[in-house]
Amino acid sequence: MKMEQKWDDDEPTLIQALIDIQKGLGFLPPEKLREVATSFGISEAYIWGVATFYNIFRFKPRGKTHIKVCMGTACHLSGGGLVAEAAERELNIKVGETTDDQDFSLERVACVGCCMLAPVVVINDRVYPRMSPLKLEEVLIEFKRDKKED
Amino acid sequence: MIFEEIKKKATAYLQDLESTTNIRVGTPTCGKAAGADDVIIEFRKELEKKGLEIPLIEVGCMGLCFAEPLVAVFKPQMFTILYQNVNTQKVKRLIEGYIEGDDPCFEMALGTLEFDENGLPFIPELKRSEFEKRILLRRCGIVDPKNILHYIGLGGYKGLEQALGMSPDRVVKEINDSKLRGRGGAGFPTGIKWEKCANNSSKKKYVICNADEGDPGAFMDRVILESDPHQVIEGMLIAGYAVGANEGFIYIRAEYPMALEIVRNAKREAEEFGILGDSVLGSSFSFHLRIIEGAGAFVSGEETGLMAAIEGKRSEPRVRPPYPSEYGLFGRSTLIDNVKTFSYVPWIIENGAERFAKIGTENSKGTAIFTLAGKVKNPGLTEVPMGTTLRTIAYEIAGGAPNEREIKGIQIGGPSGGCIPNSLFDSPVDYEVLLSLGSMMGSGGMIFMDENDCVVDTAKFFLDFVQKESCGKCTMCRIGTLQLLHMMEKITKGLANLEDLDKLKNLAEDVKIGSLCGLGKSAPNPVLTTLHYFYDEYVAHVAEKRCPALVCKDLLAYFIVPAKCDRACEHCKLTCPTEAIGGVIGEPKYIIQDKCVKCGTCMNVCPPEYSAVIKVSPVDKLYELKEKGV
Repeated sequence: MKMEQKWDDDEPTLIQALIDIQKGLGFLPPEKLREVATSFGISEAYIWGVATFYNIFRFKPRGKTHIKVCMGTACHLSGGGLVAEAAERELNIKVGETTDDQDFSLERVACVGCCMLAPVVVINDRVYPRMSPLKLEEVLIEFKRDKKED
Repeated sequence: MIFEEIKKKATAYLQDLESTTNIRVGTPTCGKAAGADDVIIEFRKELEKKGLEIPLIEVGCMGLCFAEPLVAVFKPQMFTILYQNVNTQKVKRLIEGYIEGDDPCFEMALGTLEFDENGLPFIPELKRSEFEKRILLRRCGIVDPKNILHYIGLGGYKGLEQALGMSPDRVVKEINDSKLRGRGGAGFPTGIKWEKCANNSSKKKYVICNADEGDPGAFMDRVILESDPHQVIEGMLIAGYAVGANEGFIYIRAEYPMALEIVRNAKREAEEFGILGDSVLGSSFSFHLRIIEGAGAFVSGEETGLMAAIEGKRSEPRVRPPYPSEYGLFGRSTLIDNVKTFSYVPWIIENGAERFAKIGTENSKGTAIFTLAGKVKNPGLTEVPMGTTLRTIAYEIAGGAPNEREIKGIQIGGPSGGCIPNSLFDSPVDYEVLLSLGSMMGSGGMIFMDENDCVVDTAKFFLDFVQKESCGKCTMCRIGTLQLLHMMEKITKGLANLEDLDKLKNLAEDVKIGSLCGLGKSAPNPVLTTLHYFYDEYVAHVAEKRCPALVCKDLLAYFIVPAKCDRACEHCKLTCPTEAIGGVIGEPKYIIQDKCVKCGTCMNVCPPEYSAVIKVSPVDKLYELKEKGV
């Protein structure tokens, strides 16, 4: 019942605290989880248990360019799987991984709510509608070129 | 400020707005994805250039996703015209046409926006308007979601004011009489839930709004929260008053950042105006609201799982009873309802239970909201009276399948629902009818499938989803769904035999029985319904190693018909990601099957006048074709 006392607006719930950390850093580093455990007065193991249960939490940093391939139903029907495979092929990583140079990371998400534009890919929070393996390749070539010019 | 003064202020705001020409651009998540932000920037630029001071309002979504970006031009004493698929090039023409002048720019128009005698919006030019009844969506895409005065000006928070003048028992009775049923999917009578919570002796009670819309393919809760957030807050306030709760939570999934932002803003506004807080509208009733961000787990949509998530635990559902009304959040009596359920409440209080109960069928009252996605001409969102047939929704509203193909089936209710074949499209939308067909209302997500969609592959997709999302508490759900998935993979790879289909059915039924919560209980629905209604397709996969819809990759091959190939063109060869296309200029191209990853690029880039690339299934057909020298 101790947690119920933490109900003021200023005090985040455990999950909100984890979300806030991830929003800042892009992932949850172990030392941060330790800090949360101390401030909430609960064990670190409990926090790991909670954090690994939910889909949005990551424990490794993301790449500079983060690619989310939507695998919702509408996207699946219109070839989202082929787009995800194309991304894996182009970046030479599997879904859930980050490239060695930390430039790209790839993730599959379940529905971003743009079903009429299916299949969609979200790159750094911008939605790319009506993708195909070929279109994705072209977009990734652009990103890779920008990287080189940097 | 007392409510009378707020209302005056709101009326003044609205009169002011209505007395001038104003532009409303739909900028929900989907509108933005379609380019609405660029349209707004262009409007600002052009208006400034011309020195026009015309209000430009960002509104939510009307559910006409096929027409996004959608722009509405409101002119005093003139028709309100909706313009579809507006892009930056069209902005100037629109300003010079209808905004400055009298030219309605018909070529870009979708139709006019009108209101019926009950104040519900419709678009006479769209045939779907004849079949729709927009109660929940009546303000969506019209009201400014970031301005509480607009909401109040259009009659918002009147239901709350009325409720506060009634006794809590009377409010509960009204909801009971309306026969409203939970729109979260299971359809439990809302009034009974409220009554149980109201009668509970717990001193502290909670109201929770479940906005953890996890079905991959349903987005109506997001649309309501992004387009008309105050409607939800008002419903929760009335619920809090009725059951005696002073604290509320809205649990919104973190994947909906815009909905979160808009609801947070709405909460702030309501607090400023004394609608949320210690003395709601100056009464002795207090209600505090908290917005909780969900961390992405499908199972959090289950009510006991959701409460565990708010408590900071793993989102594992627990045994019911005790129901949340008896033992809910932190052990207190809790009322938990879906976004849509709460949204109906203000309308019911304002218009009376009787009027609500007049709409719909014997046991399913009111309207139903469906998202339309997949293979239809007009994807989007629709609100129809319960009892409307699936055929009306599929053809009159969604417009049927594109490219003159036929709709084969509708998957209703996402991963928890089932697939209903075209032959049963005359069935009405109703909780019990859908259950009897093996599906369920569920989230209300409708995915339309045509001849080019493989039902086996789709069922496998849903299983893959629920298998990953199973919380792992019940063995049948944790391991049963995994085994089902393995079986489905065997089928789609052509490695199964007919006996496996019986095993699949048996295990699917066992998973239903052996699981605790709705996730496991409904997870086998897609498999069971497709097995029942589309058995032939399963047999084709198993016995002939053939995928009739040409979707399952292991059962098909790409083939370039030499006679059709324009030998000089090299589109396919240049774009193939794995260099799997052979043949030199002047010769027909051919696919090196060992290298082919079946991505379909060659088929997409082959110019339509040749259409030389085809898919064949079973794979053996390739040799046949080659022998015949096609």
